Amino acid sequence: MIEVRLQAEPFDAGAELVRLDKLGGGGVASFTGIVRGDGGLTELLLEHHPEMTLAMMRALALEAAERWGLLGVTIIHRYGALGPGAPIVFAATAATHRAAALDACASLIDRLKTQAPFWKRETFADGRQSWVEPRASDDAAAARWLRDGK
Amino acid sequence: MDILYFAWVREQIGTGHEAIDPPADVTDVRGLIAWLATRSAAHESALRETARLRAAVDQKFVELDAPLGKPREVAIFPPVTGG
Repeated sequence: MIEVRLQAEPFDAGAELVRLDKLGGGGVASFTGIVRGDGGLTELLLEHHPEMTLAMMRALALEAAERWGLLGVTIIHRYGALGPGAPIVFAATAATHRAAALDACASLIDRLKTQAPFWKRETFADGRQSWVEPRASDDAAAARWLRDGK
Repeated sequence: MDILYFAWVREQIGTGHEAIDPPADVTDVRGLIAWLATRSAAHESALRETARLRAAVDQKFVELDAPLGKPREVAIFPPVTGG
């Protein structure tokens, strides 16, 4: 089961997990990303490419499903204006054994950060706005899932 | 050719989409960006520092030195920050 969604609306992580629980595997792993209110942040705006973003999310899901032999994978990414505390991204995997579920889930979230075309703009309580700059640590996290130096 | 801009590139240029017809001597993405930069002061400002830019040709990420070919769409944007 591969479920990939790009949506403005909130998602129900619990309902998504129940669906993966029923696939007959031995383990389900998940990650939910939540908007932090650091530094007086009042809004996080998520911009995306209208076609390329969903295609890249699908490609990452398919690649993870094949590499780790997953029984199920779900990726949900929101776009638009989100406030502190809002769930922004969800990645979950079902597999026969825990290592595959955990590793696949970690790889999905690391690679979504560096390979899916999303851009984040922060707005703060004093009216300041700035686009989030990529971090070298994100690239390093994504790179550890690449095989054979590719 | 459809040119798409995202994030601060879009904000600085003032639009997210332009339909353009670059001259024949524009043969790679870097050359296209240099040509687009001549369209206005806002383009020049947004596209000056190519080290801060990334690109996708027909929805595939490419290096700026990649040949342009005859694409339908070129997207120009800062490094992505999803997740």
